[in-house]
Formats: sequence, structure tokens, C-alpha cells
Amino acid sequence: MTAIDIQKLDVSYGDTKVTRDIGFAVAEGESFALVGESGSGKTTVLKAIAGLARTWTGSISVFGKPRSHGIDRDFARQCQMVFQDPYGSLHPRKTVDAVLSEPLAIHGVGGDHGKRVEAMLDAVGLDRKFRFRFPHQLSGGQRQRVAIARALMLEPKLLLLDEPTSALDVSVQAEILNLLKRLRKEQGLTYLMVTHNLPVVSFLCDRLAVMRHGRVVEIADVDQLKRGALTNPYSRELIELSATPSQT
Amino acid sequence: MTNLLEVRNLRVTFPSARGPVEVVKGISFSLGRERLGIVGESGSGKSMTGRSILKLIRSPGKVTADRLDFDGLDLLRQNDKQMRAIRGARISMIMQDPKFSLNPVMTIGAQIAEALLTHQRLGRGDIRQRVHAMLESVRIADPARVAKLYPHEVSGGMGQRVMIAMMLIPEPDLLIADEPTSALDVSVQAQVLDIIDDLVKRKGMGLIFISHDLNLVSSYCDRILVMYAGTVVEECVASELQHAKHPYTQGLLAAIPRLNEDRAELPVLDRSGWAA
Amino acid sequence: MASTRDWLLDDSPSSRLQARLGRGYRVLRSLLRNPLAVVGAIIVLGLVIMAVFAPVFATHSATAQNLSMRLMPPSADNWMGTDELGRDIWSRVVYGSQITLVILLLVAVLAAPVGLIVGAVSGYFGGWVDKVMMGITDIFLSMPKLILALAFVAALGPGIQNAIIAIAIATWPSYARIARAETITIRNSEFISAVELQGASKLRVIVAHILPLCTSSMIIRVTLDMAGIILTAAGLGFIGLGAQPPLPEWGAMISRGRSFILDQWWVATMPGFAIVIVSLGFCFLGDGLRDVLDPKHGERQ
Repeated sequence: MTAIDIQKLDVSYGDTKVTRDIGFAVAEGESFALVGESGSGKTTVLKAIAGLARTWTGSISVFGKPRSHGIDRDFARQCQMVFQDPYGSLHPRKTVDAVLSEPLAIHGVGGDHGKRVEAMLDAVGLDRKFRFRFPHQLSGGQRQRVAIARALMLEPKLLLLDEPTSALDVSVQAEILNLLKRLRKEQGLTYLMVTHNLPVVSFLCDRLAVMRHGRVVEIADVDQLKRGALTNPYSRELIELSATPSQT
Repeated sequence: MTNLLEVRNLRVTFPSARGPVEVVKGISFSLGRERLGIVGESGSGKSMTGRSILKLIRSPGKVTADRLDFDGLDLLRQNDKQMRAIRGARISMIMQDPKFSLNPVMTIGAQIAEALLTHQRLGRGDIRQRVHAMLESVRIADPARVAKLYPHEVSGGMGQRVMIAMMLIPEPDLLIADEPTSALDVSVQAQVLDIIDDLVKRKGMGLIFISHDLNLVSSYCDRILVMYAGTVVEECVASELQHAKHPYTQGLLAAIPRLNEDRAELPVLDRSGWAA
Repeated sequence: MASTRDWLLDDSPSSRLQARLGRGYRVLRSLLRNPLAVVGAIIVLGLVIMAVFAPVFATHSATAQNLSMRLMPPSADNWMGTDELGRDIWSRVVYGSQITLVILLLVAVLAAPVGLIVGAVSGYFGGWVDKVMMGITDIFLSMPKLILALAFVAALGPGIQNAIIAIAIATWPSYARIARAETITIRNSEFISAVELQGASKLRVIVAHILPLCTSSMIIRVTLDMAGIILTAAGLGFIGLGAQPPLPEWGAMISRGRSFILDQWWVATMPGFAIVIVSLGFCFLGDGLRDVLDPKHGERQ
């Protein structure tokens, strides 16, 4: 089953076309990366799938169902998003407990919310003592874990990840990447991740699409990336700029 | 040869609800006319170190040191007025995000001119020429057009190059760059680093490059200091970084994913080995 | 005592109530570190206590006339002297605090929620909803508060209830503007996008997510406005359109004292002092609250 199928997608902000003729497919259970620099339009594609960017033409279908241009309540149970900035993606006045129980309340999920919140805290590696803290009492890595936990509360099958670790320190990034990898394996999730960091793609993803100036310039397997065997000259340039002395 | 910068037992303390907190815990290092990289994660104290050299830390923060000498001058003894003469003219600083370090309501040309006039008296025509020359020195084609633009109208990379131009006008002896490329795209990073490198070499400046990016610093600098929780845990020559001895540095290097990554899990730092 | 404090300051609360109370306690502590804010809080508290326990504080009746004792200067018997009908001014000031407090509370209770909701809805929906609501708000805002209040009172008839309604009508537009500005800043935040993506209804987003973030600036603004409200009420009273005699409303008292201000200065000045002190108290308190509640100043723990 195809998790995401995108064809001829043109997304606009106001009058400006931000992406042109985007097309790619993500299989269920796959981890797919959209790679590019700022201005490439990669985050815009994510937003269009989620329903946060409403002006687009083309077709987007998720798990076989075509997407509407806005936010769908039912869609929320299939697909959730993890944002880049751990400092901006949590409501400053809500405790972790409130943040995590809200999706359950919105969808009228029955059962003991408290237990589910605690189970989720365990799953993302957060000690239960953090349950009633406010965001400013948490570190960046802890906040991002809460954001991931929040995304998983509704048990979606697809996670959209917008540069989930680029605002984190290196040591914390490693922990979060490990967490994401583990969760995917445990829950059979599909990932669509946006990033500019190629080594992260090598660690976490199966396939990737390279975007530049709003277009997809190449789609490849991560194996090819690891061998430095991408064909498009821009892709090769990105690889060169990422390679560092410690990596040969 | 006297070192350009001598720092001995530098301590920076901030008061907090739970008593004074030391963010820099007595570090020492010296700098010649070379490129020194200070690497650390957030909270390591690396930015505070850079700012304390320029005495930019205001009360309630306190800076103490046994020695803080710049080219023979005891910085600890300089008063405000003397520091103002040193800042910009002899020691300059480039910061991370040009969005926040450039004045948004002045054109680029006006800001560079202001920087020029702080240190020299010049006639109008001279100023315009110098401004254009400065923009050209940071490889901005069409300086006449760019000088009339406002900071929000140029890209991050260009803004950062303008910042560098401004900071290097008075031809300082020491440049402190605090995460100068962290807010920039990969392709632009290389360009900006090239420019800094070029200027540093040509004018024989000392450079302190503060960053969280270990790999970047190791390829760009001559020597590296690794900071953790306010102390220097490792000091080595850049080319020897792979043979780092301190477990924190080794842990950091191991935790960075590689392009040809094949590990199932990234090794996570176990801080019990050295945490204070 | 120490253990309650520890419970409140616990880093890892074990219930939402504990977390909320802890946060409130920290805010209170920060506030009390500011000496001016403490002064302001004491004054406001003093006003409340005086109003609630007026019969205890007053030495005489506020309305009993004694024409043989008219226009007496301050003395041991009459702490603030007597007015032109022989009434004790101190007692009138004390009972007047009740009127002031009632006016302040009712205006705040009427104007703030209306302004908050109009502003938040306007800011969140944007588009023509925003244009229509802000158009209406602007119409009210374009007129000076006192004149606007005057116009309404003139239309509704003099009296304290109408004065309150009129002042509330003149005050809500500025709250709407503030709430709208806050909402516009917040509505594009990622935490709002996150909850929208969960399928939250617009009502839930506004009520549970946006309004709580507007309350800080609202509290600050309302507190700082109190001084203005007192003055507007006093102004209406001064003109005779607010509280009607024999009610001891401070503005009306100043007005009556106008004719004797040169020889019997205490008749007009004493209520004047009361107004100034209470206004200052609210200003100090509001400033202190702003330092503590404004997210830009950081929530220093």
C-alpha cells in the first residue's frame, strides 16, 4: 500500500509559486527524506500534505485517500507532524500532561487518559516526573520528546517530520534520532522527513528526494547516497559540502 | 613573541535564584596570530568566553581572571572608554544571525558608513568609495545596489558578509566569530568561511572561531578547544582531533552521524564519566 | 510552612493543580521582589479593605448633615474636615471607596471579557470578520473616552449604573485591540498549528489556547487602566452626570468643593488625594505585573 502519492504538485503562497511539479511516492512503512536548502520548498510540501498550506494544485493522496486542501479531523488520526523548533511547538502555558491529553480529548477517545499519557512518556523515554512540568522547565531534547509523544498520541500511521533535530545539540540529536528509529520499528510507522542534513538521512531513511528552487531534481535510494553515487550535479555538490575529514 | 591573547583562570558568574552560577569555570588559553576554534554544545560557556574577552558581559554577570591580556594590554584594567576604543578597532566580533545583528531600519550602506566614521573622519565621496570597496572585499558584486538595500532585503549569506565587512573595516588584530555560519545554508557557509579565511590570512589577524560544529571547526582552524559545562576538556591541534583523548570529545565525535552511516544506533554520551 | 513552600516549588509536580499553584506562587514571589509593586499592592489592598469594612473605618455617617458644623477645617473630630453641608469628609471618602471599587470592578468585568473575545476572534479569523469587528472597534476608539462616556450617560440619563455602563462601553475597544495584536502574533505559532493539526475546532483553539496567552497583557492593561477609569468616573461625577448626590463619589465631592477651594481647600483636595493615591497604587501594581507577567521579560524562576 502506498502511504503517500504526490503528483504534479504546485504549492503557492499568495501569488508566488513555491513548488513546481513535485512528484514522488512513499511506500507504507518506508522512511523517506526531502532534502534541500532553505528556499527549496521542502517544508512547503510537508505543509501541503498536512493541510497547513491550502493553495495547491495537483494531487496528494495518503493511504489511498485524496487529501483535501485544509485540515481534516479524520486525517489527524492517520497523520501527525513533528515540528522543528522545540521551543515554539509547545504551548507555554500547558503542562506536558495537558499537551498530551488534549488530542485524546479532541477526538473523544475513551479510557483512562492518565494511563495513556504515562505509557507514552515511557515510550519516548521521558521520566514520569516530567508529567506536570511546563515547557520552560524542560530542556530542548526533552521538549522534542514531548512533541514526538504528542504526535503519537492518536496512533497515526504516518509521521511528518520537519527538521526534527536541527535545533538540538549534537549529543541530544543522537538520542532523538535513536528514538525515532526505534519508534518506527516498534510501531511500523511511515516517515516523511524534511532536512538539510545528509548524514541524518543516511542514518534514518530508506529513500530520498533532493529539492532545489521548488523542484525535485533527483530521487534515489539512501544506499546511493552512502556511496556518494547520486547523479544530479546539485546533489553531488550537496554531498561534497557535507563530507568532512572525519568521514571517508 | 608575545601572544596576541593571554587568558588565565577566566571565570564568569551569574546570580540566580539558587545562588551564583559559574558559567565559565576558570579556563586558560593563549592565542597567537592563528585560528583557534572553541567548540561546545549549548551551555558549555563558549559564547560567554568570547564575550568576556570584549568585556561585553554586563552586570549582574561578573567576569574575573588572573590574566586577560591582549597584545600586552591588561584588559581587566581598561575602563569603559578605553574598551570602546579597543572594541571594533583592535578586537572585533561577528555574531550568528545577521537578521538580529544588523540594524533593520538603516540601509546597508549607511551602517557600513557609520562603522567607518566611528574610527575615522572622511569626506562624503570618500565614504561612498570606501563602502563600495568594503562590499567588494567580501565578494559582493554590484556594491552600489546592495548599499541601498535594507537588511531584510538581502539573503542571510549576504547579510553575514556585510557584517564581516563592517567588522573588518578598522582592520582589527583579533576577530571573534561566534557561530558565524550556523544560520546559513551549507552552500553559503563555504563561501563565508572562505572570505573570513582570506581576510584573516591577508591581514595576519588572530581568529577565535566559536561553534557547536566539531567537524567544521576541525577543518577550518589550527587549534581546537573543546568546552563542556564551563571548562576546557580538550585542547589539541585540529588535525589531531580524531585522536582526541577526553571521553566527551570522543563521545561527541562518535555521536555525529556520517554520510556513509551503517550503525543501527548512534552512541549516546554517557556523562557520568566526567560530569562535575 | 516550609513544606508548603517546598510543595509549591517542587520541580516535578504530581498533579496539574500543583503545577498551576506552583507557577502562581513563583509569579507572586517575583512580584513581591519589586518594592514599587508591593506599595501598589498595599494601596489596592487598602482600598478593598476600606471599602469592605467601611462602617469600621468611618467615624461618622456619610450623609448626616450638620449645618452648624459646615466647612470646619481638619481636626481631631473630623480628620478631613467637613463639607458645605457639615458632613464629615473622611467618612465620605471612606464610603466613597465603596463606590470607586464597585465602578472599577464592574467596568473591568464588563469591558475586559468583551474586548478579549472580540479581539481574539477578530485576530484569529482574519478576513472580513476582522475588518468588520475592527471597524466597529475603531469607531469607538476614535473618540476620546470621556466624551464618549459623556455622550452615553447623557443619552441614558445620569446615575451611577449608567455611568458604569458608559465607561465600560468607552473602555472595551482598547482591550480588543490588545487581544487582537496578541492573537495575530500567536496564531502562526507552531503550537497553534500543532493543535489545529490534531483536529481541534476553532472554538477550542481560541478558548483553550489563544485566550490564556492573552490574559497576561489583559491583566496588565486593565490594572493600568484602573487609574483612567477612576478619573473618567470622577470626571463624570464632576460634571454631575455620574453618581448623584448625596452619594459620596469622589469626583462629585471635588466638584462641590470647587467653589470654596481657596478658603476651605480641604473640601476638594481630600477626595483629590484619595483619587491620586489609588490611581498611583494601580499604576505601580500594573507596572510590577507587567515586569512579572510579560513573556518578553521571561518567566524567571
